[in-house]
Amino acid sequence: MRHDFLDRYSRLASPIHRLPAGLKLCAALAVMSATIAFPISSLWFFLAVAAFLAIALAVSGIPFPFVLKRLLLFEPFVVGIGLLSLFQAEGMRVFLTLMTKSTLCLLSVIILSNTTPFALLLNVLRRIHVPTLLVTVLALMYRYIFLLIDEAERMGRARKSRTFSGKRRGRWRQAATVVGQLFVRSTERAERIFAAMTARGWQ
Amino acid sequence: MHIPDGFLDGKTAIAAAVLSGTGISVAVRSAQKRLPRRKIPLMGVAAAFVFAAQMLNFPVAAGSSGHLMGSVLSAVLLGPAAGVIVMTSVLLVQALVFADGGLLALGANIFNMAIVGCGAGYGIYALLRRILPGDRGMLAAAGFASWCAIVLAAVCAAGELAWSGTAPWGAAFPAMATVHMLIGVGEALITMLVLGAIALTRHEVLENGNEKTPGAELVVLGLALALGLALFVSPFVSGWPDGLEKAAASLGFDMKAARAFPTPLADYAVPGFSSPAAATAVAGAAGTLLAFGLSFVIARLILPSSRT
Repeated sequence: MRHDFLDRYSRLASPIHRLPAGLKLCAALAVMSATIAFPISSLWFFLAVAAFLAIALAVSGIPFPFVLKRLLLFEPFVVGIGLLSLFQAEGMRVFLTLMTKSTLCLLSVIILSNTTPFALLLNVLRRIHVPTLLVTVLALMYRYIFLLIDEAERMGRARKSRTFSGKRRGRWRQAATVVGQLFVRSTERAERIFAAMTARGWQ
Repeated sequence: MHIPDGFLDGKTAIAAAVLSGTGISVAVRSAQKRLPRRKIPLMGVAAAFVFAAQMLNFPVAAGSSGHLMGSVLSAVLLGPAAGVIVMTSVLLVQALVFADGGLLALGANIFNMAIVGCGAGYGIYALLRRILPGDRGMLAAAGFASWCAIVLAAVCAAGELAWSGTAPWGAAFPAMATVHMLIGVGEALITMLVLGAIALTRHEVLENGNEKTPGAELVVLGLALALGLALFVSPFVSGWPDGLEKAAASLGFDMKAARAFPTPLADYAVPGFSSPAAATAVAGAAGTLLAFGLSFVIARLILPSSRT
């Protein structure tokens, strides 16, 4: 598996990629806060935000189909929760407002995460005094996600190639055994990592 | 259950962020004081494990599938403080890198799934463990706790949506609670099966979770939880008949509109309103008792013979 499947385009070389990570994070948060705060009646504002994001997207060079795919991946959840808003006076208007706002916010985060490597975002978190323990855990987690997903896929493949009958009954148990085994292997891996970190002088 | 951006207003997002910030700093302090240093890499790898485990699909029916949330699983496997840190990391990476769950709504999502999910979930688990010894007891307690964690997190999410004025409490609460009472059964089953598999193959790995949590920190965590629940849920509960009537009125209002363009959830939420508060409470209590009983039966099925 590609190890950068999470933020695949974060290492391109566009003017936006070169901006400091803290600035991009602040800008994204500001755009999103404003999007949420503005009433839907001020249509010009939302058009301006959409135009701004479209320009940022075009400059950054992230492939458009990829962004569309990510948007479509999460839009069902947005619609799912949005349906709850239909149960009130003027529900349809609230629903459409929510859809507009959260799609714009979603787009901002997609652009942010695909123009900024996660390690740089972690540096920002460290600078604003997020506890070191949390930052360390995050860094380790990001490093090992793809490894563990690889391992889970390997284990799933091994199981598939050994079970010939596709009975439905035992499938949850089998999947849970894979998860359990994955945790056991994670603890063993963590012990090896600790030994390696200590050997290299980690304090 | 990840709340996307755009659904929470400023006051809710900030209140939730402050509460989850408090919860995280309590968890970090507790972990720094009590966890040995060699457990730090384990937390990082465990966070990656939860992320990977959430990607494994469990087939449900008709091609649909569910997946694990993992709050109680990580709290039971690693201890409550480490569980909160692990779930926080998972949610943060999902929001910041994957765009799953909002960035401004991150505080609320961490509160629902990490603080309430691990904190309240582990509290229920620890309480039940005192009366349920052995591995079967552990499975039953973990199963029931993870069901409760899912439902509580969903109720908190409903409260936050209602407090933001996004969805009326009268619709959000029954819809979120009922749906997640079903999802919770799946979560409980997966959690129990995973813990059962570990207990059968590598029992000593379960010792990681035996972290002693002293009184003071538990009290602070409990206070933050109670404050959060009070903030998000009680405004609606205290005026329950009132709020419900109002919601019913606004729903009746909406029902007229619904004839113009029918909504898929319309016939789903109506039964709750024809029979008011008492019916909801009875249904909730019955569901909770059922989940409690079910977790014992399933624990018996997963572990063939009683082990201590």
